Amino acid sequence: MTAGGPARPGGADVTRWRGIATDPDADRSRAEDTSPEAVARLRARSRVLLRDLLRPHRRRLGLAVALLLGQNAAAMAGPYLVMLGIDAGIAPLRAGDPGPLVAVAAAFAAATVVEYVARRGFLTLSARIGQAVLLDLRQRVYGHFLRLSVAFHERYTSGRMVSRLTSDLDSIAELAGGGIDSLVLAVLSILSVAAILLWLDLPLAAVTLLAFPFLFWLSRWFARASAAAWRRTREAVALVIVHFVESIRGIRAVQAFRRESRNERIFATLNDDYRRASLRAFRLIATYSPGIKVIGNVTVAVVLCYGGWRVLGGATEIGVLAAFLLYLRRFFEPMQELSQFYNSLQSATAALEKLAGVLDERPAVAEPAHPVPLPGGPGRGAVAYRSVTFGYRPDAPILRDLDLAVPAGQTVALIGPTGAGKSTIAKLLARFHDPLAGTVTLDGVDLREVADAELRRAVVLVTQETHLFGGTVAENIRFGRPAADDAAVEAAAQAIGAHDFITALPDGYATEVHRRGGRLSAGQRQLVAFARAFLADPAVLILDEATSSLDVPTERLVQHALGTILRDRTALVIAHRLSTVEIADRVLVLEGGRIVEDGPPARLAAAAGRYAALHRQWRDSLL
Amino acid sequence: MPAESDGDPAPGVDGGRHPLHSLWRLRPYLRPYAAEFGWLLLAGLGATAASIAVPLVVQRVVDGPVARQDPAGLFRLAGLALLLGLVEALLIFIRRWVQSSSSMGIEAAIRADVYAHLQRLPASFHDRWQSGQLLSRIISDLSVIRRFLSFGLFFLVLNLVTYLVVVLLLIRLHPALGLLVAASAVPLFLISRRFARHYHAASRRMQDQQGDVATLVEETAQGLRTMKAYGRGPELAARFAGRARALHDTGVGKGRLLARTSARLDLVPNLTLGVVLVAGAAAVAGGGLTIGELVAFVSLQLMLIWPVQSLGWIIANGQEAATAADRVREVLDTPPAIVDAPGAITLPRADVRGRLRFERVSFRYPGSTTPVLREIDLTVEPGETLALVGATGCGKSTLLSLVPRLHEVSGGRITLDGHDLRQLRLASLRRLVGVAFEEPTLFSMSVWENLTLGRPDAGEDEVRAALALAQADFAYELPWGLATRVGEQGLSLSGGQRQRLALARAVLGRPALLVLDDPLSALDVHTEALVEAALKRVLRTTTALLVVHRPSTIALADRVALLEGGRVTAVGRHSELLATVPAYRAVLSAGPPPGATAGGPTPGGRGLVRS
Ligand SMILES: Nc1ncnc2c1ncn2[C@@H]1O[C@H](COP(=O)(O)OP(=O)(O)O)[C@@H](O)[C@H]1O
Ligand SMILES: Nc1ncnc2c1ncn2[C@@H]1O[C@H](COP(=O)(O)OP(=O)(O)O)[C@@H](O)[C@H]1O
Ligand SMILES: [Mg+2]
Ligand SMILES: [Mg+2]
Repeated sequence: MTAGGPARPGGADVTRWRGIATDPDADRSRAEDTSPEAVARLRARSRVLLRDLLRPHRRRLGLAVALLLGQNAAAMAGPYLVMLGIDAGIAPLRAGDPGPLVAVAAAFAAATVVEYVARRGFLTLSARIGQAVLLDLRQRVYGHFLRLSVAFHERYTSGRMVSRLTSDLDSIAELAGGGIDSLVLAVLSILSVAAILLWLDLPLAAVTLLAFPFLFWLSRWFARASAAAWRRTREAVALVIVHFVESIRGIRAVQAFRRESRNERIFATLNDDYRRASLRAFRLIATYSPGIKVIGNVTVAVVLCYGGWRVLGGATEIGVLAAFLLYLRRFFEPMQELSQFYNSLQSATAALEKLAGVLDERPAVAEPAHPVPLPGGPGRGAVAYRSVTFGYRPDAPILRDLDLAVPAGQTVALIGPTGAGKSTIAKLLARFHDPLAGTVTLDGVDLREVADAELRRAVVLVTQETHLFGGTVAENIRFGRPAADDAAVEAAAQAIGAHDFITALPDGYATEVHRRGGRLSAGQRQLVAFARAFLADPAVLILDEATSSLDVPTERLVQHALGTILRDRTALVIAHRLSTVEIADRVLVLEGGRIVEDGPPARLAAAAGRYAALHRQWRDSLL
Repeated sequence: MPAESDGDPAPGVDGGRHPLHSLWRLRPYLRPYAAEFGWLLLAGLGATAASIAVPLVVQRVVDGPVARQDPAGLFRLAGLALLLGLVEALLIFIRRWVQSSSSMGIEAAIRADVYAHLQRLPASFHDRWQSGQLLSRIISDLSVIRRFLSFGLFFLVLNLVTYLVVVLLLIRLHPALGLLVAASAVPLFLISRRFARHYHAASRRMQDQQGDVATLVEETAQGLRTMKAYGRGPELAARFAGRARALHDTGVGKGRLLARTSARLDLVPNLTLGVVLVAGAAAVAGGGLTIGELVAFVSLQLMLIWPVQSLGWIIANGQEAATAADRVREVLDTPPAIVDAPGAITLPRADVRGRLRFERVSFRYPGSTTPVLREIDLTVEPGETLALVGATGCGKSTLLSLVPRLHEVSGGRITLDGHDLRQLRLASLRRLVGVAFEEPTLFSMSVWENLTLGRPDAGEDEVRAALALAQADFAYELPWGLATRVGEQGLSLSGGQRQRLALARAVLGRPALLVLDDPLSALDVHTEALVEAALKRVLRTTTALLVVHRPSTIALADRVALLEGGRVTAVGRHSELLATVPAYRAVLSAGPPPGATAGGPTPGGRGLVRS
């Protein structure tokens, strides 16, 4: 558990427990292919993204650079003025004239003040720009995640999404936090020192330039190796996060099934992979940066020899050599910072590539560019499936050539064995997915052409999996219609019989439901989800086993309420308990993705089909 | 909507303690690397010494061989400078190489421990803590600590030593000027102290806000379907914008603080340099100093600029690490409430008869005042199946969760074959109990791994039998059979398929005690009948406690207990209770809803729901 974790063979075990994904792209966005072209493309994309992010800050960036120039000029003036003071101030002072020295000292003081103001201004401004860019990026990525389809999220997993928006952004923040100024400063001071060196002594400066090919070669090696290493790190940390998020979420199962030790082993492998990946990246910089130092120090020694020799030969003055050497240190010192910055840049770029990959992903279920308004405003609720074929994987269709027309206002019960495709039909109507072939229409308009906001106002799906957000009960109900006031929220709860249990909670409607609604029992969560749907007041309501965790009387109460509420809307109700069917105008029996029976409940019950059998079985089970 | 950081009942651990207390307490993790730290400090000091020596050599060159026209001396000293330069680079290389491996090792070790600890914290802890907050601790905070260990701490020590050495050398070169430079440490100290205090608070705020952002992202990912179904993207984006903006504001504030302090700190060596120039020039004019000495003095003094300039950054890094350590410690310091009692025993499966008794058991959720269960007395005989029946929210699932000790009883006790469950080792108890939760919990890993969650040693046959029992043979038809990865939370399966896998997992390996929470709720009537028939065979020999809502499933049970208002109000055979207990009949009956007539809530149509 300590000291870097057990030495495990890594990879193999990880793939085994994770199982084989049905989608080859499961672990990445589509853009993140591993082929060299895709890598290059993504890198280009990330550069475009960066430029795009910085564009709105052009003017502030200009100001920042100006401040930085000011600071740099002032900082560079310092040693120069000191030397000037020594060279030009001491002789007059000896002669009893402090004038030149005082003038130099005053200039030095002025330079110091300029440096203070400029440095403070620059650091403040660059923090502002950095934070603004991060804010922008964060919101863009989050917004894009919201737009991406359910199918994308199913393969991408929530842990990876969390990883992108936390750890990857951290890497970029690290760069924004302290890197840029060191970059610009280093570059500026290298350039200005280079100018001074050239001005001081041309032959010595020429010797210094000999270092450049070596610097260039070393940097190119580092750039290639570290880009790959940081990319690996981003992937490794995502796996750690995915595993962490999932095992904490399923902590009850983990504990009940004594999964802890195996999870720890798996985590140790992932954690160790991450450690190794980062270690690799850090070792590269641990080699690169001293490498630069070697080049710098060798150059200093060479200049010392050559310069000393020149002084001996009378080609240069001793003061010039002293100044040259002083500046030479200032020439190579920023290169250390530069290498450090380069490393942060590589790390941030790797993260930015991941984000660019996400932003590059086109939503498979996209908002129409030119939405067609639903006739009659919010929609009346006539639904039709026209030869719809759909499968989660194109090679394994779940629904084939499905045709179904539901007139406005009709309540349809959908029954059939588990896995028959009932939820799939529901999800198509809620446009979680688009059909592979055929169309689903609402009031005659293809769902693909309805604006999302309008579609969601018209159609609401209560899924099998109730999800409550952290917050209060009232807030969760209000999720159905954010504009609703407290009275409307209570009325919705009352309508489906949730009011009593809510008022019995310690803080009533203001009770915090905790993470994922864990404060409530499963049935209570379903009731809240129901209230939410009623509050949303859609023209088409889809209920997918929305009452499965309720006790019989409560379910009856909900059914009864449904009877009233569904009277003037279209409804698709999926339930195993045939009590639902009593309020339906029409029953569909689904098997293997096909509608095998269709008709009013009474007629089907009287016939000799599957429904009749189920109905009999169900009646017998009642008290 | 929700109060920021609400799921984060941050215990007030730092009651007046030193801000660096938590960081200090992480030192056991450094211990394995004590030798490395020693080496890297030596290497760092050596490198610094080398880099300090270079200007001295340069001074010697300028004042000595060059002035004395001595080429041999020039090349000798230049050779020395080269050697020093190479040694410096080599030492830097060693230092960084060692540093990266030790700091990464420490980070990974803390992470593994926090993870292991989190897995042992009870469900009640996880109910309250947002997983985003936990995640940000295990990732972001640990990387902050790592950064401090690998850079901040080292540079703090190194810069201090550099500062001292340089100042000492300066004093040796020229006592008066040297002391002047030494005195500049006072304003540096004052500025730093003030900064540290302000930055500490900002850094903690930022980390908490990072946790809030992570929480919302995680929640969004989980609630994605709900979000889509209601088209609430804009609202969530607005909520996210709020949190991201809070983070932004804190970041800008931190930046401003750092900018102010950095600039101030920078001012100090500059002003000192100015004073040295004037005073030094006067000294040279007065003949107390050679020009070469003054040049050396100034160039040595220039070496102080970097340590001072980086001081602001190092302090910031240190404060961030301190608050990060606080946050990590908050998790590590939470004691796991449910642990093995001293002297707890292991009960071998073969010795278990399976008599489960609740004796005056009461339970209340931590932080809540009203008990959910009161004085429950209930016995399940070996091999018997007892069904729990009761209205939604009456405490059935809570009661079940007490058996594998996911929660701990607040009063009374539960015994298995006469042993108080608390006297059994947790692992032993949980090995005996097979659980199926109300909501099947599946992980994004292979079907096989999901099934053998608690029994990695399970054989092919056992798995096949469990799948057959749960009518879950569909698993073999998945694209890669049992090796297929099920989507996150099993969402690539239909609801009934998920539930059957969860059931198969519960019965895998024939546990002595089965605890099933409404295990057939998502199954269609036909499949339910098949599962029931298979389950019945297992239940004949296994003690089982199951929650049941439908009359059809009650046939599985030998006896039924009615739970009302947290108490067991009736126990008996189904037919008996049906005949004699009206409340029992009511809770199972599909008659007209009582509320519809008896003055209960009147369901309304559209008009009522609208505001
Ligand atoms: N997100 C998904 N990805 C891949 N396959 C899925 C997904 N959801 C459902 N399936 C498969 O599609 C089939 C139909 O599922 P579903 O429509 O949920 O059935 P049900 O009739 O029980 O609601 C099942 O075989 C299921 O495994
Ligand atoms: N973590 C919790 N903290 C506080 N109260 C809870 C918690 N979980 C459930 N409850 C409350 O305890 C009661 C019993 O819940 P539960 O046992 O899940 O009911 P059910 O009988 O429907 O399974 C409910 O009223 C619920 O609101
Ligand atoms: Mg379904
Ligand atoms: Mg329950």
